Amino acid sequence: MVKINSFKELKEHKSRLSEHKPAEWRIFTCAGTGCAASDSIFLAENFRKIIAEKNLQDRIQVIPTGCFGFCEKGPIVNIFPDDTFYVKVSPDDADDIVNQHILNGQVVDRLLYIDPQTGEKHAQQHNIGFYQNQMRVALRNCGKINPEQIDDYISHDGYFALGKALFEMSPEAVIEEVKKSGLRGRGGGGFPTGVKWEATRKSESDKKYIVCNADEGDPGAFMDRSLMEGDPHAVIEAMAIAGHAIGADEGLVYIRAEYPLAVHRLKTAISQAFSYGMLGNNIMGSGFNFKVRMSLGAGAFVCGEETSLMNSVQGERGEPRVKPPFPAQHGIWNQPTNINNVETYANIPQIILKGADWFSSIGTEKSKGTKVFALAGKINNVGLAEVPMGTPLRDVIFGIGGGIRDGKKLKAVQTGGPSGGCIPADELDLPIDYENLQSIGSMMGSGGMIVMDETDCMVDVAKFYLEFTVGESCGKCTPCRIGNLRLHELLEKISNGHGTMDDLKSLRELGEVIRDTSLCGLGQTSPNPVLSTMNYFGDEYEAHVKERRCPAGKCTSLLRYQISPEKCTGCTVCAKNCPVPCIEGERKVTHRIIQEKCIKCGVCYSKCPFGAISKV
Amino acid sequence: MINIKINNIEIAVEEGATVLDAAKQAGIHIPTLCHLDLHNTKMVNQVGSCRVCMVEQEGRRNLMPACSTTAVDGMVIHTHTPRAINARRTIVELFLSNHPKDCLVCERNGHCELQNLAAELGIRDVHYSGRRAKHPKDTSSLALVRSPEKCVLCRRCETMCNKVQTVGVYSTVNRGFDTVISTAFNNPILDTCCTFCGQCVSVCPTGALTQVDNTHEVWDVIQNPEKFVIVQTAPAVRVALGELFDMEPGTSVTGKMVAALKRMGFDMVLDTNFAADLTIVEEAHEFIARLKNGGPFPMLTSCCPAWVKFIEHQFPELLNIPSTCKSPHEMFGAIAKTYLADKLNIPAEKIVVVSVMPCLAKKYEAARPELKSEFNHVDYVISTREMARMVHEAGIQFNLLPDEEFDSIMGESSGAADIFGTTGGVIEAAVRTAAAWLNDGKPPKIDFTELRGLEGIREATITLSGQKLNLAITNGLGNARTIFERIRGGESNYHLIEVMACPGGCVGGGGQPYYLQHDAEVLRKRAAALYITDESKSLRLSHENPQIKQLYSEFLGEPGGKKAHKLLHTKYTKRGV
Repeated sequence: MVKINSFKELKEHKSRLSEHKPAEWRIFTCAGTGCAASDSIFLAENFRKIIAEKNLQDRIQVIPTGCFGFCEKGPIVNIFPDDTFYVKVSPDDADDIVNQHILNGQVVDRLLYIDPQTGEKHAQQHNIGFYQNQMRVALRNCGKINPEQIDDYISHDGYFALGKALFEMSPEAVIEEVKKSGLRGRGGGGFPTGVKWEATRKSESDKKYIVCNADEGDPGAFMDRSLMEGDPHAVIEAMAIAGHAIGADEGLVYIRAEYPLAVHRLKTAISQAFSYGMLGNNIMGSGFNFKVRMSLGAGAFVCGEETSLMNSVQGERGEPRVKPPFPAQHGIWNQPTNINNVETYANIPQIILKGADWFSSIGTEKSKGTKVFALAGKINNVGLAEVPMGTPLRDVIFGIGGGIRDGKKLKAVQTGGPSGGCIPADELDLPIDYENLQSIGSMMGSGGMIVMDETDCMVDVAKFYLEFTVGESCGKCTPCRIGNLRLHELLEKISNGHGTMDDLKSLRELGEVIRDTSLCGLGQTSPNPVLSTMNYFGDEYEAHVKERRCPAGKCTSLLRYQISPEKCTGCTVCAKNCPVPCIEGERKVTHRIIQEKCIKCGVCYSKCPFGAISKV
Repeated sequence: MINIKINNIEIAVEEGATVLDAAKQAGIHIPTLCHLDLHNTKMVNQVGSCRVCMVEQEGRRNLMPACSTTAVDGMVIHTHTPRAINARRTIVELFLSNHPKDCLVCERNGHCELQNLAAELGIRDVHYSGRRAKHPKDTSSLALVRSPEKCVLCRRCETMCNKVQTVGVYSTVNRGFDTVISTAFNNPILDTCCTFCGQCVSVCPTGALTQVDNTHEVWDVIQNPEKFVIVQTAPAVRVALGELFDMEPGTSVTGKMVAALKRMGFDMVLDTNFAADLTIVEEAHEFIARLKNGGPFPMLTSCCPAWVKFIEHQFPELLNIPSTCKSPHEMFGAIAKTYLADKLNIPAEKIVVVSVMPCLAKKYEAARPELKSEFNHVDYVISTREMARMVHEAGIQFNLLPDEEFDSIMGESSGAADIFGTTGGVIEAAVRTAAAWLNDGKPPKIDFTELRGLEGIREATITLSGQKLNLAITNGLGNARTIFERIRGGESNYHLIEVMACPGGCVGGGGQPYYLQHDAEVLRKRAAALYITDESKSLRLSHENPQIKQLYSEFLGEPGGKKAHKLLHTKYTKRGV
């Protein structure tokens, strides 16, 4: 390990690193949580084993990286120098990649990505549709460096922004730069980051804290996790820059214990940063002291709310308190505290290095830069995508996302997680930014984007999110504690076919009161999934109530299976497979479902060889 | 000053004032539930959790809680817009949708803040229904009952127990709809370090925390012809009881209280104040003995059973310093079942002693094993609130009663005994007697006003026959903890310390009328009434009480003597937390 004592030494260290001749062949394998779950760790082991057996260590290097984003096709392997992009690589494929590709110069055809629309095969990452409309600022190093090697980070200009901030910029100038960049909080609120920094700087105190909010908890969201797994030093560097700007000497990453890999990578990065002198006392000889430690959360969703987070850090019950005072005035242990989200921090080094003008040239008038989205649901390309603000939703879903699964029709996109809302298909050309999403009843949130198709029932979707909020409410304030349960019970009643038009009225009225009166952001936004689906899919709610029918065929209580006499051949397959049994009929005679007994399991529907059974 | 506009009224408020304070100043009432600020005590519950006091602020998207929003220059507030009223109603309806609604048979019927709120907001229908939280009742203790199903999670008890009293029995556990105030590991309250001070009951807005009801047993024993039932009343009861019959706080109702008890059927109505005088004689004697022996110091008064339990749990290594005197009502019981039994020629086992106390801890104290060796000193304890209810049940028109006198013997008392009911009173009574004794029986002065007041910790140095004595007075267990920490740390040079567990002393006891007006000013008024009674009496020194003198000469012998020790002194138990 080297201890770096000045900005000059950092620059020298970087140029020394670039003098190292890299191995002839470099195999980048994704080592993020998603691909690791698909055995990418064994894949990397296999590569090493084969390389060792053949004594090729000098020629071939295996580099585990962070997330490539294209999780749908993971595990991903990227081979350099010829930049070949392999998808869905299993541990057994290591053999072919080494022997056929590297040693014989023949690309392993079967591991290339095939565009589902054109049928074309693509060997290079940048030719794949998923990557074409992306712009990677926060994710710039994910998939490019080994997150466990600080040298890899330094080779990609790592800690240069910190050096620049410490030696070439006053704290005020750093804040000015961040303000000018137009960067807004990526955790959901969208508060201007520079303004927050300035407020914390102006709070007078001997002790201040810089907190990184890594309590990512939206269902289906994994932006922050991937960032921390793929580029942990960027977060640490940004926190140190914030410390310099604000006048804080201590940083704290509040991260959920359910992210063991991210915890491990950050821990490794922190200790490397300390030993290189990028953290600790007198950083690079600047006289600036800054340390970072981690605080592990137990996974309560509400602890992503900043006052709850602070309570949790202090060992108290994870529940919010009334604001003001804001953390900038009274934060952790009552000291001024600046809290930003992981992705917000990940943008900072680039803003310092490339300048506010560069950053603010990306995006829309009020929303600058890029945003990382976690695409999930009924979309072809599940994964992480980073796009400039202002990109139309359509481009994200049909361009990057590759459209809807199984050729079904898009019904809605849910953004903002349990705090967000559902955007109907006809709003698809809306450019994504904070204001636009809010204007149509949703929100940016932390960047979850869940795609729904025609088989998704919107009452059911609202119920799903409400169930989440009911479980995650801290229980402190009345509207969130009792109100959300009542909302959920009303939705349950409606999806069970017992709802009345009065219930619809109650849903809306109660939802509005919960939004109006809850103590923290969790409660204030929890009715959004209900209110937004009611606004855009009111007829679907009414069908549940007036006709006792679920148009999407999702709500089982309202579902009926029936056998078409025209198509039924009396083959008895359905009756034989029915677990109740509730299907009667003789061989070669049309069968009949006894509705009173049917448990709506759907077995008959899937077993009928003649498509004679339908859902109504 | 901060200038804000509420409902088009322009008003200037002090810096730091909340919107709720400002509205009050502008003559506007905003309903609240969780909020409780007992000025002059440390009890400030400003968690903003119930969301009842929501108001509209121009320029803000959401409604905001008036109780926990600080007024800022230029604010424009509307407190009673349809939106705000609708929000409040909905919130209260949500509470009611998760409430047992057995109001007709609830302990708090007619004194419940949730009930009052529903009435005030004109709620006639609850639009929401569904699952109700199920939590078992905790009836393990002899002092208080926890019924978490009636809890509105205002967190007042938690604030009181953890922040004011620093006992730390309660905390909020679980999440969401299952959130509940619980003891550690959900243990029965009996198995916790609860002191049974009852302050949680005093501040609870609903029937979630109530006293153990002993009125039925008392009615039964009154009806029992085999029993001779003696009732005694503590000094703080008589200056608070009137409030439960719509009298002004600070009205002294001793005569009517005695008359009511007689009409309720007690065989003898006697006075704990008599025993307070007895306590002083013993305590002053013990103090002078410690002065002569050079310690141990400081000596702590021991009348308050809640703080006794507190020190047993929290400072077990300091158990050598409290006075060994029993509390007055226990002394009363011990004397009633020996000396008085002989005088009345009634066997002790036929005598039943009932105490009317401002306190819930006394219910627990009466069952302490060392205080019931041969016989129960005290058989039943009822609170000021329970007594008022019994008066109602008996159909007695309290306000129309004539003033009547305590029975005798053990009915007479000095002014020093009256002031036992307030913080600073016990120490002043003890100092009066000690000063007189150290000065050859001639009291140098009667009124030690330097010992009076409501502040949580007070200190005074007095000189008695040339000796400088450092005194401290503390009320509220959090303040007591501060003092005990000093003692434990060896930083104390006190000689005598008076400790009362409840804010304000017994006048603010856990068995007194609820703080329905959200005002601790009642404590001051009740205390003032005690001092007025003291001043109006010609007998103001405990040791000069003729009935006390008679008791010693006929029965006990010397103060601190063998018999006195056996009957009037006690021991303490190390408990730990």
